Amino acid sequence: MSATANARPADLMGLSEAEYDRAVEIMGRAPNQVELGIFSVMWSEHCSYKSSKKWLKRLPTSAPWVICGPGENAGVIDIGDGQAAIFKMESHNHPSFIEPYQGAATGVGGILRDVFTMGARPIANLNALRFGDPAHPKTRHLLAGVVAGIGGYGNCVGVPTVGGECTFHPSYNGNILVNAMTVGLARTDRIFYSAAAGIGNPVVYVGSKTGRDGIHGATMASAEFDERSEEKRPTVQVGDPFTEKLLIEACLELMATDCIVAIQDMGAAGLTSSSFEMASKGGVGIELWLERVPMRETGMTPYEIMLSESQERMLMILRPGREAEARAIFEKWELDFAVIGQVTGTGRMRLSMHGETVGDLPVAPLASAAPEYDRPWTPTPKPAPLPMPDAAGRLDEALLKLLACPDLCSRRWIWEQYDHMVMADTVLRPGGDAALVRVHGSRKGLAVTTDCTPRYCHADPEEGGAQAVAETWRNITAVGATPLAITDCMNFGNPERPEIMGQFAGCIEGMRRACLALDYPVVSGNVSLYNETSGQAVHPTPSIGGVGLIEDVGLARGISPRAAGEMLILIGRTGGHLGQSLYLREVLGREDGPPPPVDLAAEKRNGDFVRAQILSGRLSACHDLSDGGLLVALAEMCLASGLGARATLPPGLPRHAAAFGEDQARYLLSADPRAAGEVLNAARAAGVPALAIGEVGGNDLTLGEDCTISVAALAAAHQGWLPAFMDGRRRKE
Amino acid sequence: MKAAVIVFPGSNCDRDVQVALGRSMGRAPLMVWHRDSALPEDLDLVVIPGGFSYGDYLRAGAMAAHSPVMRDVVEKARRGLAVLAICNGFQIATEAGLLPGVLMRNASLRFVCKDVHLRVEQSQTPFTARYEQGQVIRIPIGHAEGNYFTDPDTLRRLEDRGQIAFRYCTPTGETNAEANPNGSLANIAGIFNETRTVLGLMPHPERLADPLLGGNDGRAMFDSLVEALS
Repeated sequence: MSATANARPADLMGLSEAEYDRAVEIMGRAPNQVELGIFSVMWSEHCSYKSSKKWLKRLPTSAPWVICGPGENAGVIDIGDGQAAIFKMESHNHPSFIEPYQGAATGVGGILRDVFTMGARPIANLNALRFGDPAHPKTRHLLAGVVAGIGGYGNCVGVPTVGGECTFHPSYNGNILVNAMTVGLARTDRIFYSAAAGIGNPVVYVGSKTGRDGIHGATMASAEFDERSEEKRPTVQVGDPFTEKLLIEACLELMATDCIVAIQDMGAAGLTSSSFEMASKGGVGIELWLERVPMRETGMTPYEIMLSESQERMLMILRPGREAEARAIFEKWELDFAVIGQVTGTGRMRLSMHGETVGDLPVAPLASAAPEYDRPWTPTPKPAPLPMPDAAGRLDEALLKLLACPDLCSRRWIWEQYDHMVMADTVLRPGGDAALVRVHGSRKGLAVTTDCTPRYCHADPEEGGAQAVAETWRNITAVGATPLAITDCMNFGNPERPEIMGQFAGCIEGMRRACLALDYPVVSGNVSLYNETSGQAVHPTPSIGGVGLIEDVGLARGISPRAAGEMLILIGRTGGHLGQSLYLREVLGREDGPPPPVDLAAEKRNGDFVRAQILSGRLSACHDLSDGGLLVALAEMCLASGLGARATLPPGLPRHAAAFGEDQARYLLSADPRAAGEVLNAARAAGVPALAIGEVGGNDLTLGEDCTISVAALAAAHQGWLPAFMDGRRRKE
Repeated sequence: MKAAVIVFPGSNCDRDVQVALGRSMGRAPLMVWHRDSALPEDLDLVVIPGGFSYGDYLRAGAMAAHSPVMRDVVEKARRGLAVLAICNGFQIATEAGLLPGVLMRNASLRFVCKDVHLRVEQSQTPFTARYEQGQVIRIPIGHAEGNYFTDPDTLRRLEDRGQIAFRYCTPTGETNAEANPNGSLANIAGIFNETRTVLGLMPHPERLADPLLGGNDGRAMFDSLVEALS
């Protein structure tokens, strides 16, 4: 321990030289290997948000209904009646690319723990997935593994997986995105936080034993990939959903008592980050006796114990004298329970093993004074306007092509592998706009969705960021719920490149604008940077998870019209915007132009109008317009109901632009003719653009001469692609 | 009626069936922890719920079948106690010898969660009296190991003695391969023991026993039990 800053070790474990020197300065000496490992993970991008913190501060995070914003394990909002919704989305991108089943499974496990750590019973899981080109040789293997992993974990713990999204683009060929979200339900007077308190209180370890898996996973997740990344497989953790299920039940049982002072799950960087965060938030010190940590294998070193990312573990501070009561609960659930340390007043983290000090670090500078960078950034150039492109072929041919394309085809193959019905409160299942889960024992419901359109974010990060937020807001509105708050999962490339930081800054700015305009704050989130392989960055992908509330699930509406004879009403202005549209990409083979602009005032006005119409009971169905525009939305409503429709396109535009333009702030409604008349009158009074465009009925979808398709043909196109692709029967050319 | 739901480590439909059965009973059934060595006195019905008891380790249902409480369940079932075994419960019941046959991995090798149509093959039982013979009902499945199999002699016996409770079918009641979600022999979704006092089935009646969730066909099973056993 006599080395100086001038004699740096050869392996800085991912720290920069400047960061290493800072560590020496804080310590007043060279850190030993255990201490250096702790600096390395605590200051990794994954744990410290050192590149993104400056920008994240710009996001609005408060509203009267926000109980706890970003900074805790998950965000908390008030949903009335003494109840809270607790939720967060988190990435598990790098592990899932290296080992798709376990990577995705442990992603689900980690986000579940973030939510039940705070005292909530998890009631819904969602996932936002981005894969490479379907023709890429790895895509099928990765998709199969990720879906099986998400299902394998979520199904076993018994939390329904009710929604999400899955799209494909070559920018993800070497770096898929797996973002998992959990929503939980708690009582507002039973929310648990992570700040340690009470000098002398016991530090308790519960859950699985600690093994040698996942050591330095957080550091791995903070570096770019290259062709040798698969050698990192041993840094991927292995999940055990059975233990997680027991841990949920045991923790919730203990949380019903008043034994717990603070609780924190052991996620990235395991015992290191959990103990540091608890000490740092509480402004106290912690002493850990590492030989008492339950271990899966013999001969583990202090370094391995502190940095293991073994799954399904929690750290708690208990009230003094309550150990026996707590231990009995964990023993009933056959889980390990060990007092491994105590809270101290020293402000230091002191680690010992069999009485010998193996590490001694000051908590505050390490956890709070982590590096924060103002990285250089260049704004993304605005794309050139797109002159109206000519149509290619008939409208019905284009529609079939779009419905069968990888980004629009049915995801049934995926969500049928997820148990979306367990807990018996799933009111609106996957496949619609937002999913809706009932608040158990009441008529209230939480509407949940994840959205992002990365091709929009790539073309114009600010518009794309605003659009991602607005689309979740619209999807929640489209089922009749009031959007309350979001969680964000920011997936970007290497932040050391100014153009990547420019994408990040742009997306944040757009999100900020949308959150403010829609009164829709960010309450939790996660940043995943370095999503690139051999210099190729992913499309900027700020995945947004939205949560909304409906007072009576009986009033909610799905996308399926009920009966022939209903009228179809288009809400919102149609401008025929084809820039960055799926029609442009899939039918015309181009990926250019600006994305559709987001008029947030129109979003709010149109959305508030639509929600009021749903809650008035006038509508039988409502669908938000997004990818593929009006005609794809109409086709999806036909597919959901099995009923055809006869419609006309909004006038004054080229037919392909009116049919497939992706203008924002639009909805398609279905209502019986009398109610439809009332809706049109109300829209006129409210200044909301509304247009009766047709009628439900028959076996065909008909829009004039160049578009007549049977619903059966639509279904065959829509349902066919994904199962065939996954069975290896067809590859995208 | 006095009813109890067994809870194993890893059960995850215990609450769901407690709620659904409780709705028909007018009060919540008892919850019994797997380590209890005896069931409560004077029970009329035991439910073995769905989930992943012991994480499906070793083989789905294999470890739960050896739980302390299962000895008493098996013994009392032999003396006529009604047992409703759903999904993982059905797997446990076959492992415990309460019902013949096995549940193998789905033919697709994937977990599948979706609504299926079932044809009611026996309406003269405490579990199915509120259904019509041959009625088609719609309730969900959610399993990776629901592919029912048994030897030809046992299958013949099940058929001859009217022990087949439900078969997977089309919405119009045909039992063909297209309607079979997991490869089960003879489209079998659920079977009775010889006395028709034990029912094992893969689909989850408790998941569609509430019109707000988009279906109520499961409700009649719980109503039937309350009517028959009260």
